[in-house]
Amino acid sequence: MFRWLIGTIALSMVATGALAADPVVIHIGYLGHAGIKSTLSLVEQPADNDGIAGARLAIEDNNTTGKFLNQRFALDEVKVKDSDDVAKVATDLAGHNDYIITDLPADALLRVADALRDRGTVLLNAGAIDDRLREQDCRGNVIHVAPTRSMLADALGQYLVWKQWKRWLLVTGSHDQDKLYADALRRAATRFGAKIVQERTFEDTGGARRTDSGVTLIQRQMPVFTQQAPAYDVLVAADESEVFANYLPYRTWDPRPVAGSAGLVPTSWDAAHDQWGAVQIQNRFVKLNMRRMTALDMQSWTAARMIGEATSRTNSGDPKKVIAFLKGKDFSIAAFKGTRLTLRDWNLQLRQPILLADGRMVVSVSPQEGFLHQVSELDTLGVDRPETKCKLQ
Amino acid sequence: MWRRCLLTGMLVWLAATPASAFVAYVSNEKGNTVTVIDTDSWTVTKTIKVGQRPRGIEFSRDGKFVMVAVGDDDTIQVIDTKTQEIVDTLPSGPDPELFTQDAAGKTMYVANENDNTVTVIDLEKRARLGDIQVGVEPEGMTISPDGKILINTSETTNMAHFIDTTTRQIVGNVLVDSRPRFAQFKRDGSELWVSSEIGGTVSIIDPVKREVTGKITFEIPGLRNEAIQPVGIGMTKDGKTAFIALGPANRVAVVDGATHKVLKYLLVGQRVWHMDFTPDEKYLMVTNGVSNDVSVIDVAAQKVIKTIQVGELPWGITIAQP
Repeated sequence: MFRWLIGTIALSMVATGALAADPVVIHIGYLGHAGIKSTLSLVEQPADNDGIAGARLAIEDNNTTGKFLNQRFALDEVKVKDSDDVAKVATDLAGHNDYIITDLPADALLRVADALRDRGTVLLNAGAIDDRLREQDCRGNVIHVAPTRSMLADALGQYLVWKQWKRWLLVTGSHDQDKLYADALRRAATRFGAKIVQERTFEDTGGARRTDSGVTLIQRQMPVFTQQAPAYDVLVAADESEVFANYLPYRTWDPRPVAGSAGLVPTSWDAAHDQWGAVQIQNRFVKLNMRRMTALDMQSWTAARMIGEATSRTNSGDPKKVIAFLKGKDFSIAAFKGTRLTLRDWNLQLRQPILLADGRMVVSVSPQEGFLHQVSELDTLGVDRPETKCKLQ
Repeated sequence: MWRRCLLTGMLVWLAATPASAFVAYVSNEKGNTVTVIDTDSWTVTKTIKVGQRPRGIEFSRDGKFVMVAVGDDDTIQVIDTKTQEIVDTLPSGPDPELFTQDAAGKTMYVANENDNTVTVIDLEKRARLGDIQVGVEPEGMTISPDGKILINTSETTNMAHFIDTTTRQIVGNVLVDSRPRFAQFKRDGSELWVSSEIGGTVSIIDPVKREVTGKITFEIPGLRNEAIQPVGIGMTKDGKTAFIALGPANRVAVVDGATHKVLKYLLVGQRVWHMDFTPDEKYLMVTNGVSNDVSVIDVAAQKVIKTIQVGELPWGITIAQP
């Protein structure tokens, strides 16, 4: 109620224009989860501020633009632990923020979305790649900035098929999200004409990711694990849990490239990406955060920039107008991907090109040449309108 | 000695060629070179090695020098047009991309992408006079015909900033579509055109009211909308015809300067970027980044008549009397 009152005051100020000295303040919340996942590669270990750092840069960018429009952006950062009541934390955050960028697992995100449904707070999902959040579990108050598993898998699939590496050996981890990624990869193979010649499962038997004599063991383990496979062109690994995929390159029994969760990885962003003016944001990011920009940073940057963009286009601090613009047909955002990014109106998923990176360089960017679509070539990535199970409410 | 003779001989020969011969300088972003083209024979006469990532390129007003922004070296290099060699550098800010000069050729304004600033340089003293804070990722630069207003476009802020050239203060901001790349006034000052690469439009701005009064949009059958990315703009002096480079659409749009209607699309090379007219306006040359060439357009006939291979990733172009 109180917040609503402030909004009204801010609005009337804009309307009279008399008090130009007081900027319209746009409050954006950032709801992340505490605890960092452990990665196989030390180089890929996420920083404490992974994601938030991107949102902070976007706030700076928004404020540079905002000073010409008398708008100011503020970021309110909260991290939840597994033991916290995420719906309550989100409700508190929504008390003083009109938009919340989230980096939460799917179930937590759904709890938050349902808790905030009646207040009209819009969530921008920067972290969760689960397709179900855009399909059977889609919500009208959640905009998805992160790409989906199926978009990532399709981006990789298109490239492998373009490269004529059509025979895949699919190795899947034993955790749920690994299986979901494997599902997306199977779907990609079917859609683009690749053949999965065999599937193998890599059981997570526990154990430490880092040991002092690890390499010796892995060097013996991986060739054995991959031997006696039918003829294949590329090993595709589904290992979101970081159990084995990064052990595979250079260690397969047959000399074959690795893709998926290691080797050639589909991602929304990479620190090596330098096309389409990307060097500028990479430089800005490093200057502000003293480290390189990750995919989660970019997804959070894009989320906060989307709010900035809609706020400057509507020249309004009224979240209703801003949200209507975000969901409308005139919305698009530039994000250093060589094309404008727009929202799929049937499930509020951001269309975006996907980079294929090998950890040092960006090898390619999908959609690949020749994968055509009647509406947008970006819709060759992921679940398209005719297949969607989403009914937005 | 022998080389000098040859060079002198060449200069004499150049001087003796008909007045219609001009010289074009093309910056090759990836090749780190500048290609020199004779517009009489349409041949490459020299390739000059320059600094890293050359992009914005322009003749000095007196025609004695060509200035080229070499972004990754954080400077602007000065090429003597007589010797076609680099003779000096200018103190631009970090990562200079595009720049513009006042009519007298005394002051230069440089967009520094990395710094959200426009740097002001005294061209005679070759000294930095100051910086102007603008939006995120400044890019397009132009000056109003009366010299009073400097325009800078910022790519992530999505604005054309109006800067008073006397006070060096921003006096107005006009929001345009995503990633504004290039700005150009009509010669009579009645309109300012700003291209938006990602937005896919060219905004027509009334410079007095400082608001968008119209938008040029493009539609090419068989081409997806996202591939149409307007960048460079060229307008004839009489303001009647404009040419707009459409980037990865591989076409240049010919636009009626008065009605703002697209008249036709000319197929050129891949990723067409910037352009310049020969001073007699008979020809327009456009750079094609991905196909590494320059297309020559006959302005009156509105036809592409020639393609010239240049260096790697041609970006900017400037043409003048040799």
